[in-house]
Amino acid sequence: MLTYTVRRIFSLIPVLIGMTLVVFAIIHAIPGNPAQVILGQRATKESVAELTKQLGLNQPWYIQYFDYIKALLHGDLGISLRTRVPINEEIWPYLTATIELTLVAIIIAVIIGVNAGIISAWFSKSWFDYAAMVFALIGVSMPIFWLGLMGQWVFSIELGWLPTTGRENVRDPVTAVTNIYLLDTLLQGRFDQFTVVLKHLILPSAALATIPMAIIARMTRATMLEVMKSDYIRTARAKGLRMFWVVYKHSLKNAIIPVLTVIGLQTGLLLGGAILTETIFGWPGIGRYLYDAIGYRDYPVIQSGILIIAAIFVFINLVVDLLYVFIDPRIKYTK
Amino acid sequence: MSIEPILQIKDLKVSFQSGKKFLPAVDGINFDLREGEILGIVGESGSGKSVTSLAAMGLIPSPPGRIEEGEIIFDGKNLKDLPEKEWRKIRGNQISMIFQEPMTSLNPLFTIGNQLVEAIRLHTTVSKANAKKQSIELLKLVGIPRAEGILKEYPHQLSGGMRQRVMIAMAMACHPRVLIADEPTTALDVTIQAQILALMKDLNQKTNTSIILITHDLGVVAEICERIIVMYAGQVVEQGDVRTILKNPQHPYTKGLLKSVPNLKSKKERLYSIPGTVPTPGSVPKGCRFAARCTEVFEKCQNETPDLYKLENEGHEVRCFLHTLKGRRDEHAGVTS
Repeated sequence: MLTYTVRRIFSLIPVLIGMTLVVFAIIHAIPGNPAQVILGQRATKESVAELTKQLGLNQPWYIQYFDYIKALLHGDLGISLRTRVPINEEIWPYLTATIELTLVAIIIAVIIGVNAGIISAWFSKSWFDYAAMVFALIGVSMPIFWLGLMGQWVFSIELGWLPTTGRENVRDPVTAVTNIYLLDTLLQGRFDQFTVVLKHLILPSAALATIPMAIIARMTRATMLEVMKSDYIRTARAKGLRMFWVVYKHSLKNAIIPVLTVIGLQTGLLLGGAILTETIFGWPGIGRYLYDAIGYRDYPVIQSGILIIAAIFVFINLVVDLLYVFIDPRIKYTK
Repeated sequence: MSIEPILQIKDLKVSFQSGKKFLPAVDGINFDLREGEILGIVGESGSGKSVTSLAAMGLIPSPPGRIEEGEIIFDGKNLKDLPEKEWRKIRGNQISMIFQEPMTSLNPLFTIGNQLVEAIRLHTTVSKANAKKQSIELLKLVGIPRAEGILKEYPHQLSGGMRQRVMIAMAMACHPRVLIADEPTTALDVTIQAQILALMKDLNQKTNTSIILITHDLGVVAEICERIIVMYAGQVVEQGDVRTILKNPQHPYTKGLLKSVPNLKSKKERLYSIPGTVPTPGSVPKGCRFAARCTEVFEKCQNETPDLYKLENEGHEVRCFLHTLKGRRDEHAGVTS
């Protein structure tokens, strides 16, 4: 298990190098000079040239790339061209805000999606099965921005139950430690703030959870249906085991591997793809941070942002791969 | 060995839904399983053997299947309309079952120990440690060496024969009174087959567990069974004790089955096979169900349905008009003389 883990981690190195190359190449293919953007349209040619030189943008691309990698290895993501703040300091609150939103969303998606899939398979062709699968189909095809807006309209404006935007009550801000507000407020014993934070999370996380939930439900149902036909399920029943345990112990463990793959991929997608949700709900996350950076051609920020999202994506899939081994003893021996 | 039946199947009829119609897979079968005996149920694929055994376990998949009528009497109690909760107390405890496919019948993601302990603790209130001890005993009982080690292993680490032994151990976990073995040796190679059969015979003698052995292999039946039921298209066509039937089969179908067993002496000849196939449920012809494939068919067989007739030897019954013909001829002979 340990050697397998180490080997898997080492196998990530070329992937990460490839990622930096791709990110670097994409950014530099975009037309427009950042120095010009920073200084504005009325800047003189001289000052633009000066700033270009200062930023190292006049160097050949490979020098820029190696400088970039060298800094990266020292944990230095560079300085934002726009705000002049080191990116590793600046990006953290945005990143954690997104992580919090994503985690809550994926937990909702997994709990509801997996259970809906299981029950649909268990009572296949029942009214629950049909209803769940219709909802799942609607869920996959639902545009998130529309769902988000409807949520705001119904629950915030009409009913007034939930806040429309933001992460916290601006008049009573949370003291950030980890910047995962649910955790921070709990650790500080501020249960009042915890409730407020939770209320702020409900709408955006529900909107964000919709598509993954639908995909997970359909995937779970399909694999569960397949597994529940197998001989060992018949054996489990012949032992006199309750159907609940036949389903949740014997079937689920066998059906969960493809579902885990989907959960991993969806988590990765949510991390990077929450821009719409973050915009609608005024969520100060990495999606919006990047979106703003792109508008300013803030190369270092764009590079770092994409790189971090990609790295997390790769990391999540590594975790999923390691979980496979944990679940299925047969995988360990194949390599 | 007492003659008391422990399990009685009476007029059992099981149907499966196909489209809007319910087609009978088992059509009114009757038999008794006596305490401590090994009963063989023989027939081709599709004759209703497995469905019968699943019915006796309360495991007919529903939908699409359902038990239309009949009784399953175990230990004097009719199990047919038993609620699922009560069935669970019997399954794996009083009546247990082993299946044809040892390779896929154990859950690949749980250790042998986990699956055995689960089976034991389902019906008894022993501690985990105690259940583990019992598991080791069980594994030793079914002839598995290094039983302790195997508890920690996963099914894929064992051979087919070993897995079937584990399955048997699991089925024997709660000392069931009836063990149903659905083609337990079909997927195994010949030497392993013999070992597994010997093991079952041995367990039967040691624990007095009654066994229903479902098979299409008459060789297997000859080896360990005391009585045989021959099934065809959802009905019993012949039953009796093993010697009578093997030596003096009365139903043409039984004769056909016996002829199609490979024989060392006649290896030059091509092996006999009964022409045609078992009619599928729903396409059962009028008259005798075997008529279309029968070598001794005559007119009556096409139009009338034969009953199960008792023969001279006690317990020997056959569903064939040939027997009544013979009987009538004898009667005639009696009258004239």
